[in-house]
Amino acid sequence: MACNYEEDVPHVLAVDDNLIDRKLVEKLLKSSSCRVTTAENGMRALEYLGLKETHQQNNGSKVNMIITDYCMPGMTGYELLQKIKESSVLKEVPVIIMSSENIPTRVNECLEMGAHKFMLKPLKLSDVKKLRHQLTNVEVEKR
Amino acid sequence: MDAITQLQRQFVEYTTSLYREGYLDDQFTQLQKLQDESNPDFVVEVVTLFFEDSEKLLNNLATALQQENIDYKQVDAHVHQFKGSSSSIGAQRVKNVCVVFRNYCDEKNLDGCVLCLQQAKNEYILIRNKLEALFNLEQQILQAGGSVPMMA
Repeated sequence: MACNYEEDVPHVLAVDDNLIDRKLVEKLLKSSSCRVTTAENGMRALEYLGLKETHQQNNGSKVNMIITDYCMPGMTGYELLQKIKESSVLKEVPVIIMSSENIPTRVNECLEMGAHKFMLKPLKLSDVKKLRHQLTNVEVEKR
Repeated sequence: MDAITQLQRQFVEYTTSLYREGYLDDQFTQLQKLQDESNPDFVVEVVTLFFEDSEKLLNNLATALQQENIDYKQVDAHVHQFKGSSSSIGAQRVKNVCVVFRNYCDEKNLDGCVLCLQQAKNEYILIRNKLEALFNLEQQILQAGGSVPMMA
């Protein structure tokens, strides 16, 4: 019924310090049939994922994908990616890095750190739909 | 020609001119694609957020450039934000000024920065006025009982 459908809808954590971009990425993901939680910076994202607390309020297992901006104050998207890859609970969760700047060294360092994809901002609906489609395939391959 | 058709024609012509004159780029079309029955005011909501955010950023930039010892990293951080949000909503001319602005920040060129701030402000005011006019036209069409034409 309704609850089963909920479980099939991917849950995405979207991280961006820019309010407009946050609203946009949320809508892009919702329009691609995803459930979305947003965070305004890396710290908040880690808190949500349960990587900051010792007593587990662990939402990590409920997140199917993380999409994060690269340029953020405090903790960059790269640093967030690093922390996620260091976590035994979360390292399998695909992480997408978004950036407005197409800098080859930046792209490479993110991919080498294990980012699933590097996407240029501003994102288009077709990009996100394609991503959503790939996400389903990634999950199917795992079974 | 009835009132609705006339308004719709006006809307199409106005929108087309905004793209042609470079005020808007394809990203604005992307925003419109995201609007649907579940979110019928999406474009207006995002653009309103952009207006509020822009005004804060412009004020912050003015303050930052008035300091005795200018922190160009801070100035650049604000411009980066402005570039990001203007790019995200398709405000092409604002974004283009931000690109030049960032170069001046890198060079720590105060005159260049001051000039760009003025240009950014001007372009922001222009796009704000034009988008408000566009939304106004949409409202008129809807109130007259018509539907807003889909642009490409």
